[in-house]
Amino acid sequence: MTSPAVEFHRVSKSFGATKAVDSISFNIERGEFFSILGPSGCGKTTTLRLLAGFETPDPDGGEVRILGEVVNDKRPYERQIAMVFQNYALFPHLSVERNIAFGLEQRRTPRSEIAGRVARALDLVRLSPQTFARRSPTQLSGGQRQRVALARALVLDPAILLLDEPLGAIDLQLRKEMQLELKALNKQLGTTFLYVTHDQEEALTMSDRIAVMSHARIAQLGTPAEIYENPRTAFVAKFIGESNFLDGRITDRADAWWEVEGRGGIRFRIPVLNGLAPGQDVHIAVRPEWLDVFRPDAVPAGENAIPGTVRDVVYLGETMHVVVSAPSTPDITVALRNEGQLINPLPWRRGDPATVAWRPEDCQILEDE
Amino acid sequence: MGASGIGKLPRWLVAFTAVCLFLMHLPVLVLIVFSFNASKFAVTWTGFTLAWYRRLLERDDILHALQASLIVGITATAIAVTLGTLIALALARHRFRGRTIYEGMMYVPIVTPEIVTGISLLVLFVFLRMPLGLATIIIAHVAFCVPFVVVVVVARLAGMDENLEEAAMTLGADEVTTFFRVTLPLLWPGILSAALLSFILSFDDFVITSLVAGSGSSTLPLVIYSMVRRNIEPSINAISALIVVATSVLLYVSDRMSRRNEPSHA
Repeated sequence: MTSPAVEFHRVSKSFGATKAVDSISFNIERGEFFSILGPSGCGKTTTLRLLAGFETPDPDGGEVRILGEVVNDKRPYERQIAMVFQNYALFPHLSVERNIAFGLEQRRTPRSEIAGRVARALDLVRLSPQTFARRSPTQLSGGQRQRVALARALVLDPAILLLDEPLGAIDLQLRKEMQLELKALNKQLGTTFLYVTHDQEEALTMSDRIAVMSHARIAQLGTPAEIYENPRTAFVAKFIGESNFLDGRITDRADAWWEVEGRGGIRFRIPVLNGLAPGQDVHIAVRPEWLDVFRPDAVPAGENAIPGTVRDVVYLGETMHVVVSAPSTPDITVALRNEGQLINPLPWRRGDPATVAWRPEDCQILEDE
Repeated sequence: MGASGIGKLPRWLVAFTAVCLFLMHLPVLVLIVFSFNASKFAVTWTGFTLAWYRRLLERDDILHALQASLIVGITATAIAVTLGTLIALALARHRFRGRTIYEGMMYVPIVTPEIVTGISLLVLFVFLRMPLGLATIIIAHVAFCVPFVVVVVVARLAGMDENLEEAAMTLGADEVTTFFRVTLPLLWPGILSAALLSFILSFDDFVITSLVAGSGSSTLPLVIYSMVRRNIEPSINAISALIVVATSVLLYVSDRMSRRNEPSHA
């Protein structure tokens, strides 16, 4: 049995009195594109630095393993990793070529091999060796530096490639392009990627699995779909995509559903779930695109419904948001797909009476944080 | 000098600056001019000559002093730059107990009056029963040059991206290799500029040196001073003019060095 590429076993790291990483455990499979997603200060960068070897876990702070081997006390240069830094960290005193050759020289690669491998690495990141090999990093654009940094890391054939928000500083168009390229490189090379970001869209686009971090812990770990469809906590639901939140107390059971009564007398149904019982408080989330708006008399039977009035209609291109305010709940945002609204104008206007409705099975039942 | 091309700068400000610069450099100008004066009396102009420069070559005391100054300057600079660079690395790259106090104390010698530094060093050498001579001069010069080296190198390090060193390590370079292949090359202009500054400080120093030199060894500034006290001879002007020119050139080079290859975040 081959061991996973990376294992974190109850790893903790403190800086003074603050715990930057608090007893986290996860595995990264070989060849996987794994993202750590979270707001700044959540511990994602520390996790990456623990794996890179720039930080060591606290004494009794668990184990970090790479390819099955405990690396807690290994220096960065003793680990089979390579890293792409947020600010690229290209050596300004060396040419592009010499930057990429740096790692090969450290590994005592025969001189005859180096030039060929540098050229192949540049090809891999789609920079022409003829044009770029002799340039200084200071003569490159942000996107080109990014590619050189990637080539410098990939040329070493690392077991694990660490990427620390590498796309943060380049513009949107290029970023989207790079996202797809990174994903393709991951599949093409079979290298394990660990990608750290605060950008949920980036994580959803590229990752096989995502670990969402909050307050030094992993809030949820799963595939992009799992995390989006079934966020475990309100934090995850809010951080990945948008959501509407409702609170209430379970009153009784009706067929396959629990009946829930919220503030202001609103009632809705949620799927029956183990561990819930009448009298218990529940928090639920519903994605805007799973909601629909209807005239108060046209709500489909069997759906949850909250009556209110249209407070705002926001045009977003791909979708339109209808914001409905209902008494005693926060405003509810409903996303309607744009299916040619100019030909078929949206019937909703500010002030219209409107009922928000959704299927009970679309309720995401959240755990307390 | 016209005000054209200086943009909106008021004319009077330009004139004022020019006058100030002229007055500041007037004594040196006079010195240089009179070093070419044929008259033996330094104050009246009688004609152009290079005799005083030629005479310098015949004076063993001046040549010996020059030699002593160079030995002291080069040795003290080498030691001060090594120590100062290491201290700068410690201060800029590591967090340790008492770092702030240490850093603060590093800068105290810069503002301490030279006479105080000189006397305290003299007392120390006497206390340690060290014979005064070249060795004590070098130690004293290292002592007052180190803080300047630290200031220059710390400034350079502050502008340097720490990720560069981390990147080198992820690429397989150990600490020593990283230092020699990444840190040092990027620090080099700062170190060179610190070295030139240190050499100038050492070469020009009079007060501290006069206290710790003892009777046997004299650096150039000490010899010039004793020459002035005996009789004013135009060869003093000549040697002084040479020192002014040499230090100006070094200062210029040092300044250029510290500006070149500003660390960039490439």
